[in-house]
Amino acid sequence: MGVTPILFWILSVMALFSALMVITSKNPMHSVIWLIIVFFAISGHYLLLNAQFLAIVNIIVYAGAIMVLFLYVLMLMDLKKETEPPKNRWLKLAGAVAGGSLLLVLIAALKKADIASQIAETRTGDIGLIENLGKVLFNDYVVPFEISSILFLSAMVGAVMIGKKE
Amino acid sequence: MQIDYYIYLSVALFCIGIVGVLTRRNAIVIFMCIELMLNAVNLLLVAFSKMHYLKNAAVNASAGSDGQLFVFFIMVVAAAEVSVGLAIIVMMYRNIHSVDINFLNRLKH
Repeated sequence: MGVTPILFWILSVMALFSALMVITSKNPMHSVIWLIIVFFAISGHYLLLNAQFLAIVNIIVYAGAIMVLFLYVLMLMDLKKETEPPKNRWLKLAGAVAGGSLLLVLIAALKKADIASQIAETRTGDIGLIENLGKVLFNDYVVPFEISSILFLSAMVGAVMIGKKE
Repeated sequence: MQIDYYIYLSVALFCIGIVGVLTRRNAIVIFMCIELMLNAVNLLLVAFSKMHYLKNAAVNASAGSDGQLFVFFIMVVAAAEVSVGLAIIVMMYRNIHSVDINFLNRLKH
């Protein structure tokens, strides 16, 4: 067993365990911390696939900007003294069963598919480098890139308008 | 690495996100579970792009880079979505002093 499968399994176990902790921990602050660990594990997967640009952007945008935004909002509202009403256990069980059934159906469908012979190239290949991605982005995807800037502007205006006290 | 390992990992992460959305009632945690589902899809897109590159690299030198650019655009949309969504959650907390989504059933009446 080479070093790539070992790294893959370590990162996968880290991502799955942290994702489970995100949805099971009571304190939302702990959920944020576990979610940051999930993002780092996924960035590790990107590095393993040699998608270096996406790995860095994932850490900067997700673990850096978005999760800091979540932490700020959580700190703005102190949820400590919130008295949670008793939870409906049947509703939780129904949610878990629904998600588990979806997992079962997807895995059963994938078992039939002929995908085992396909290989995802790891640790080589240069399409994930910033040079090649930049060339494709500014040659073929200029219009979506500019439209996304308008999307950001409208999101910024929308957030300010919603957050403003009337 | 075979592609099916990546598919199973992404499916598992996506289903964990769905279970989180269905069982948790804190609006912020539900939002974080949506981010988890987006990341599962991103991981699958990157794995498929590398698979496509390995198959078609001889024909097209930049085969598969479309998938990684889609991941980039998903990140852009997710950032915009988070800013607006968190503004809505802050607004909701200001009005009803809670982020429990069970208090949001007034839309029914």
